[in-house]
Amino acid sequence: MGKRVGIIGVGQTHHASHRLDASGVELIAEAVTRSLDDAELTLDQVDAIVIGNMDHFENINYVDMWATDGLGSFMKPVLKVTTGGTTGTTVASSAYYHAASGLFDVVMGVGWEKNSESDTQAAIATCANPVLERDPFAGAIGPLATEYSMYMKAYGATEGDAAIVAARDRNNALNNPYAHNRMKVTVKDVMDSPMLSYPVKFLDMCPRSDGACAVIFANEEKARKLCPRPAWVHASVVRHDYTHFGDLEWQWMPTLERATAAAYKLAGIANPLRDFDVAELYLPCSTTGVKWMDSFWFCDKGGAPKLIRSGATHMDGQLPINPSGGVIATNPIGATGLIRVGEAAWQIMGKAGARQVPKVKKALATGFGGCSWSDVLILGADLP
Amino acid sequence: MERVAVIGVGQTKYEKGKRETFAELVFEVASKALKDAGITVKEVDNVVSVSSDFWDGRTISSMAISDASGAFGKDISTVEGDGTFGALYGMMRILSGSFGVTMVVAHHKGTESNMNGITNTCFDPLVERKLGLDAVSSAALQARRYMTAYGLSEEQFAMVSVKNHGNAKRNPLAMLPMDITVEDVMNSPMLASPLKKLDCSPVTDGACALVLAAERNAKKLTTNKKRVWLKGVGHCTDAYRLGDRDLADTRALKEAASKAYEMAGVGPGDVDIAEVYDAFSYMELMWLEGLGFCDDGMAAEYLERGVFDFGGELPVNPSGGRLSANPVQVAGLASMAECVLQLRGAAGKRQVKGAETALAHGINGMCGQSHCVWILGK
Amino acid sequence: MADWKTEVEEIVFPGKISVPYWWTVGSTLSKWYVQLRDDGEIWANRCPTCEMVFVPPKIKCINCYKDCSEWVKLPGTGTVETFTVVNYKEPGIHPKKAPFVYGVVKMDGADTSLVHFIEGVKPAKVKVGMRVEAVLAKERQGNILDIKHFRPIS
Repeated sequence: MGKRVGIIGVGQTHHASHRLDASGVELIAEAVTRSLDDAELTLDQVDAIVIGNMDHFENINYVDMWATDGLGSFMKPVLKVTTGGTTGTTVASSAYYHAASGLFDVVMGVGWEKNSESDTQAAIATCANPVLERDPFAGAIGPLATEYSMYMKAYGATEGDAAIVAARDRNNALNNPYAHNRMKVTVKDVMDSPMLSYPVKFLDMCPRSDGACAVIFANEEKARKLCPRPAWVHASVVRHDYTHFGDLEWQWMPTLERATAAAYKLAGIANPLRDFDVAELYLPCSTTGVKWMDSFWFCDKGGAPKLIRSGATHMDGQLPINPSGGVIATNPIGATGLIRVGEAAWQIMGKAGARQVPKVKKALATGFGGCSWSDVLILGADLP
Repeated sequence: MERVAVIGVGQTKYEKGKRETFAELVFEVASKALKDAGITVKEVDNVVSVSSDFWDGRTISSMAISDASGAFGKDISTVEGDGTFGALYGMMRILSGSFGVTMVVAHHKGTESNMNGITNTCFDPLVERKLGLDAVSSAALQARRYMTAYGLSEEQFAMVSVKNHGNAKRNPLAMLPMDITVEDVMNSPMLASPLKKLDCSPVTDGACALVLAAERNAKKLTTNKKRVWLKGVGHCTDAYRLGDRDLADTRALKEAASKAYEMAGVGPGDVDIAEVYDAFSYMELMWLEGLGFCDDGMAAEYLERGVFDFGGELPVNPSGGRLSANPVQVAGLASMAECVLQLRGAAGKRQVKGAETALAHGINGMCGQSHCVWILGK
Repeated sequence: MADWKTEVEEIVFPGKISVPYWWTVGSTLSKWYVQLRDDGEIWANRCPTCEMVFVPPKIKCINCYKDCSEWVKLPGTGTVETFTVVNYKEPGIHPKKAPFVYGVVKMDGADTSLVHFIEGVKPAKVKVGMRVEAVLAKERQGNILDIKHFRPIS
């Protein structure tokens, strides 16, 4: 019951702060075309399409209808999913379920966003409950800054630890031709950058970008026929538990812990630092790249600073995190989670170019968004 | 392929100006659906919510209701579009083998905002939106194109409205049960020719939930009486710009319908009752043709002969249809709920006798750009 | 148990979302609008494989997804396929005061139609099949309202 599914192609746009050369539909077409080229397929061979973005960033209602020309979805089955920052990973898991259900053989998932088309913070603010929380607590940086200050106090993590993560991801992006921000930075550069909201500084924080990503999934039979080395889906778990910011746990991240635990169980992961060869994590801010290490079981509670300082998560370390540069380098919100999955897939398929980690057999990809929501996907070079 | 059943149904009354919040509406129907299925939230292992960021006035609209839908500690996802598409995703998740019981819940409060303003945002900001098009004016363009293509009259469209508002009298949940005549429809204010007020669906608030279960779970959790099988489904989308389409051509619906019939192993002749998305009077006729119940252009004649009446060979929209209550994203899920109740023999005064196979239909986009067709059976 | 709800004062907060937007027109439509704005010409593009001609221009052919790389100038005339006389007032979205007429005009030289206003004729006299021509605005900005409306060809 249910089919095993592999990723057989990925396409991305060149992400940028303002893609003035491309309308939203053109961005989507760019990603779709590239994914078809990557998989060596034509649109005729795609049986269904699922698309996602966050409506308020572009003010387009029924995006799945509007995107028809870019998706090539004329006379095809199309569905739209949207779950805030986790939209990209929601698209990935949705495409996975389309194929795993047996109803569709080859399914394309497309995530996109043109954050340049609106005031990002004003649009994000509308996610908060208008009666209870919108006025006092809107925006993305506040909650992230708050949770890291608590972690610093509890375990002695420092701003410097976050700066190591920021420098790691930003320098990794130099190897990624698709990344939005590609800049050589030192830890000192990060520490010297303007303070946004203590302890988060400018270079700690992700940008908002214009970009799109398309990932093609296929059931086992088709994937074997069409692709020499598919990235097989081993697990997809989602925990979107919270509705109000005031209900959040600040010392640890329950949704991430629960999602991770469930995903590791499904995929037979016992020692993630050893079992994974690469991780593409949705880290919206370098501080999360410190604090969340505990929830991934990469270290004991409070062990993140030691892990980060050891270099274990750098490109030449035991578990490279975010060879693509991650979210801190590129953040077209509706696509961001899907880019994690696409990059992880390319790592397994051996198509990650200058940012390739050698001999990748298992990869971790995650999504984050909304009110502390977590999505976890695990991909493998072998069938699950 | 394993079978999937609907084992529980919950609906609010459909009306305007509801005082409950989105979360309260979702909690109401999710609770009702669980009670109807005879299970608790513990037996549900994943949730698909259906909502619209536009109509809710908030980005991440699912955030407002995730706890109310019973998703705490569970896998949840959100489809933005009609409830029929949400149910499809809910079924896919079960067929994937990852889950056994899916709660599908949709909510909508049209009266909290400006319907025309919101449907205007469906149009391309670069080419069509500035013209001021919305759901009503674009439907009017389609209605006249359909009239011209097949030589139909406004009076024939009006008959749909008369039938459906009349059917609503048997449905305690419907918003607009009415005894009206063709003359009443023809005399109602002309909004955008040829569509008059009584040709159009109302702005409605409401919510609906369905509990879907894999066969093995359904057999363990409920009795045969409650189970209705999802036998077939298909979805398909047409071109986006109005000018890219012949608005009288139902090609995307035909494609979706043929997939649903094939999967269910039935044809239009086997369907005992149909709940189709009559956002406007003329749409019911167009969709009935696209669904294969008669040749293109013939539905009006069949209606005149009484084929689609409550007492006819193929009762269409016995619930009163969207013309009697149109909570947009919820509407298609409500169609499915009605089909489930009919097939269970639980439709009260509006029960169609001996119904064994039902068809539910939902649309996305303007002028029915995208369609989802369901075949349900006992 | 739910009785307490009947004694609750029902409060409603009015609210409005204020999010400004700047839509990128993109390469294909920018070319179209620049020709409309600067030269007063309506162009279309064509798929080299299917030979279908699209107006407004398409980034990819709707049939075969190839780039529609060839451009074709249109005469700006067409035939009314359908129309509606809008009678209700919606000042938030309508650029004109009702009653006004929308038409779907099958453009000569193209395989698709344009949706726009029809003026220069009494609404009651508009007919399907009418031949019309585009009337351009004198001062054009590079958007769809650079076409003022379509009017009957005398």
